[in-house]
Amino acid sequence: MADLETARIAQSPHFKELVHERTRFGWTLTIIMLLIYFGFIGLIAFDKALLAVKIGGGTASLGLLLGVTVIVLAFILTGIYVQRANGRFDQLTAALKRDLAR
Amino acid sequence: MIRAKHPLVLGTVMAALAATVAYAAGPDLGAVKQSATNWPAIGMFAFFVLFTLGITYKAAKGTKSAADFYAAGGGISAGTNSLAIAGDYMSAASFLGISGLVYTSGFDGLIYSTGFLVGWPIVLFLIAERLRNLGKFTFADVASFRLDQTSIRIISATGTLVVVAFYLIAQMVGAGKLIQLLFGLPYLYAVIIVGVLMIVYVAFGGMKATTWVQVIKACLLLGGATFMAGAVLYQYGFNPEALFAAAVATHPKGDAIMAPGGLVSNPVEAISLGVGLMFGTAGLPHILMRFFTVSDAQAARKSVFYATGLIGYFYILTFIIGFGGIALLMSDPAYFNLDAAGAFDKLKGMVGGTNMVAVNLANAVGGPYFLGFISAVAFATILAVVAGLTLAGASAVSHDLYAQVIARGRTNEAAEVRLSKIAAVVIGIVAIYLGYVFENQNVAFMVGLAFSVAASCNFPVLTMSILWKGTTTWGALIGGLVGLVAAVGMVVLSKAVWVTTFGNPAAIFPYDNPALFSMPLAFLTIIVVSKLDNTKRAQRERALFDAQFVRSETGIGADGAHAH
Repeated sequence: MADLETARIAQSPHFKELVHERTRFGWTLTIIMLLIYFGFIGLIAFDKALLAVKIGGGTASLGLLLGVTVIVLAFILTGIYVQRANGRFDQLTAALKRDLAR
Repeated sequence: MIRAKHPLVLGTVMAALAATVAYAAGPDLGAVKQSATNWPAIGMFAFFVLFTLGITYKAAKGTKSAADFYAAGGGISAGTNSLAIAGDYMSAASFLGISGLVYTSGFDGLIYSTGFLVGWPIVLFLIAERLRNLGKFTFADVASFRLDQTSIRIISATGTLVVVAFYLIAQMVGAGKLIQLLFGLPYLYAVIIVGVLMIVYVAFGGMKATTWVQVIKACLLLGGATFMAGAVLYQYGFNPEALFAAAVATHPKGDAIMAPGGLVSNPVEAISLGVGLMFGTAGLPHILMRFFTVSDAQAARKSVFYATGLIGYFYILTFIIGFGGIALLMSDPAYFNLDAAGAFDKLKGMVGGTNMVAVNLANAVGGPYFLGFISAVAFATILAVVAGLTLAGASAVSHDLYAQVIARGRTNEAAEVRLSKIAAVVIGIVAIYLGYVFENQNVAFMVGLAFSVAASCNFPVLTMSILWKGTTTWGALIGGLVGLVAAVGMVVLSKAVWVTTFGNPAAIFPYDNPALFSMPLAFLTIIVVSKLDNTKRAQRERALFDAQFVRSETGIGADGAHAH
């Protein structure tokens, strides 16, 4: 790609918007995932008693519920990202490409 | 049996399998039963092999260009690719190892499942799309996009080959022992069968065959595991609470299996394990390659989303299967090696070892033919995973080391693909040889080491070259090397190798998992060396970042689908 073309894209408001939004969104979700997972590991390391607490008076424990929740949340977070990327980010990319075609 | 403190689940598998081989040498009836030739399993496996060889034949006819060979022509759909990614991840170790771990320790099995899964969102949020936009065939293409081809390809290929080698040895030894148990075939035959088939898939069918073998196996494994978990839940009226209550009533540890046990006793160890599992995923070369087989960034992102769902679903199934094993197998003497008085050890005495929980459960819920099916699927699983690893290794040799470092770009596609096929054959033969040599060695630490190297060398080099403008060739090269040496060195000095293998009295490095230390060290080295690097080349490389950035963010100028 020629330097001129690069500079033109880099200056484009659509490009700036896309990069700014996606970078912030990606890192926010990354940090949420890290907090969820290392929070879970932290509880295992520091508060085993809490995770042993029974839920609803049955056999299943809070730890079990949280573990399954971590798995489900990981899937949901990827879903949230993909939904935003398929909508907003792809629209911005398409708009950027339209700008360039002009 | 070594259970509690191994770096990774496969560790448990290996240790348990090693222990089982010791049983097999003994004269007890259980051992005779294990080595009886399992005809339904062999029949179903033979069918799988014939079918996949047919696919390989078809793929070989359609594989002409380098793009076909390395990236299946870029024509794999997001859905297919997600099954292939999930298949690469759902190894025999996850299936048998995690269900076995749940069987012995209950809740602790979940710690591994979650650790293995949470790397995927990180891959999606930070690298999947950028990887697709920048790369062609290997992750070294991406890391060396604006940096020096020779240096970066050398460090990336080294990282790839080290990860592939350790992973492959662990898989080969595991395969030999597992097949010995499941099929009653001698160890060496099993290793040779695995080695020869993986050479055929990779050398003739390239990425197309490797992908489809993986997809078929993923479907079989998901189907089989779903049936087993369903059959277990059916017996308890589809009420998990009833299953848990039955398991707690049967298990010798009782209610303790519902809470964290001894697996994670040390916070530093726990976090280091988590770091290795999470970021190692984002640096495994055979997984990263799969992002180049789809047409564009959208397909790459969708594949990760579906794959995360499939893998998460699979781990929940293994959890149910482990609990089903407790509830349905633990009080049945038929599944255990009995002592003279007819008593048995519920935790360690299972016929074939604790990792046979899923296999024995298949017999309990589905009879001998379903047992044969699950055994065949376990074999197919190993085969598909080693084929993916071999292709990643062969690509690093031909596309990175040969084409760019040795021939310095002065080669043609045909010669490169030919070399890749030769490399696949050589890697296959070396793998058979190493599988043979390591038969009776402790290879428990090797998958953990593969993940640690991936997290400490491949992942930092890749992400820093994509995301940070300041990264220079010297920074990435030295940082990657430091991460690699640190990860390998810390594992060598840890208990698993220093004490268990070399027989020294005490470990020099106190933890089993080095990633918490080796990965930040690699990042720090990349940053410091890059900052200090003010050569002309470094200045040029920083200036080239903008062009790379535009392409990584938008895909403008990226290699499109190669399908023709």
